[in-house]
This record gives sequence, C-alpha cells and structure tokens, in this order.
Amino acid sequence: MNVSDLISAVLLTSGCFFAITGGVGILRMPDFYTRLHAAGKVDSLAQALILSALMLQSGLTLVTAKLFLIVMFLLATTPTATHAVAKTAHLSGLKPWRARKSRT
Amino acid sequence: MMFTAAGAAVLIAILLFLMRALLGPTAFDRILAVNAIGTKTVVFVALLGFMAGRPDFLDIALLYALINFIATLAVLKFVEYRHLD
Repeated sequence: MNVSDLISAVLLTSGCFFAITGGVGILRMPDFYTRLHAAGKVDSLAQALILSALMLQSGLTLVTAKLFLIVMFLLATTPTATHAVAKTAHLSGLKPWRARKSRT
Repeated sequence: MMFTAAGAAVLIAILLFLMRALLGPTAFDRILAVNAIGTKTVVFVALLGFMAGRPDFLDIALLYALINFIATLAVLKFVEYRHLD
C-alpha cells in the first residue's frame, strides 16, 4: 500500500461520498432550480475525483491520457448541459420555488 | 477491491438519480436526472475497465460522455422548439 495507492484511495472515497451526496441532494431539494446545484456541481466534482484517483493508479501511460481527456471533457460539458437545462426551463416559464411566508 | 466498493457507491448514486427521474414532477427534472445518470455511467464504465483490467473500456467511457452531452442538448432543443430541424 504505497503512497499513490493511499492517495487514490482517499480520492476515490471522497469522490464516492460526493456522488452519493449529489444523489441525496437531488432527491431532497424542493424545486427544479435547487436540484440543479446538486446534479450539476456535485456531479462534475465527483467524476473529477474518481477519475483522478484512477489516473493515479495507472501512472504515466496512454490510460492516464484517456482519463485526463474524459475528465477535461466532462468538466467542460456538464456545466454547459446544466446551463442549457436551466435556460430551457426558465424560458418555458418554470417559476423558482418560494418558501411559504409562515416559515420565515 | 477498492474499485468494487467505488463501483457500488456509483451504482447507489445512479439509483438515487433514477428515483428522481421517475418521481420528477417536471420534464426538466427528468432531463437533469438522465444527464447526471449518463455522467455516472461514464465513471462506472471507467471503473469497470480498471476492475476487468481492460484499458480499452476508457474509449467506451469517452464516447459515452460525448453522446450523453449531445443527447441532452437534442432533447432540450426538442422540448423547447417542438421540432428538431
């Protein structure tokens, strides 16, 4: 269990923790716009952590290059897709959630 | 062993997103959940490639990430304009 295995184990654990947090977040949030945070942001962080943990496992090879490409691509496209979903939802008249006055 | 545990965690996350996709009141919740499931599938395929010791799974994961992004945008365009051309 040398150092790189240890670091990748820590990265893997935190990545899986954020993945499940994103899942719980998307279930518990009251409204579509609040679920965007859970699905969009936490998702891209979880995949970055898990795939960088895999990168550490494979050292400097073609596998690491492919993993790096996947991470960079997902970091570019997941926010774009989330923005596109939010824009379409907003344009089609989906109103953000309002807390009821009685709970202030 | 580490990858099987990570794979199980990613599967649990996929199940949570699937529940949101089934429950989601608006169509946009569903699109969002399906997009997130696609990203999780990319990670899961990469993990499978490492578990099975086959580096060529990463090409599948990369391709799936590309197609998932394009599919989300296509569905959004259809939802917004009711036609794709």
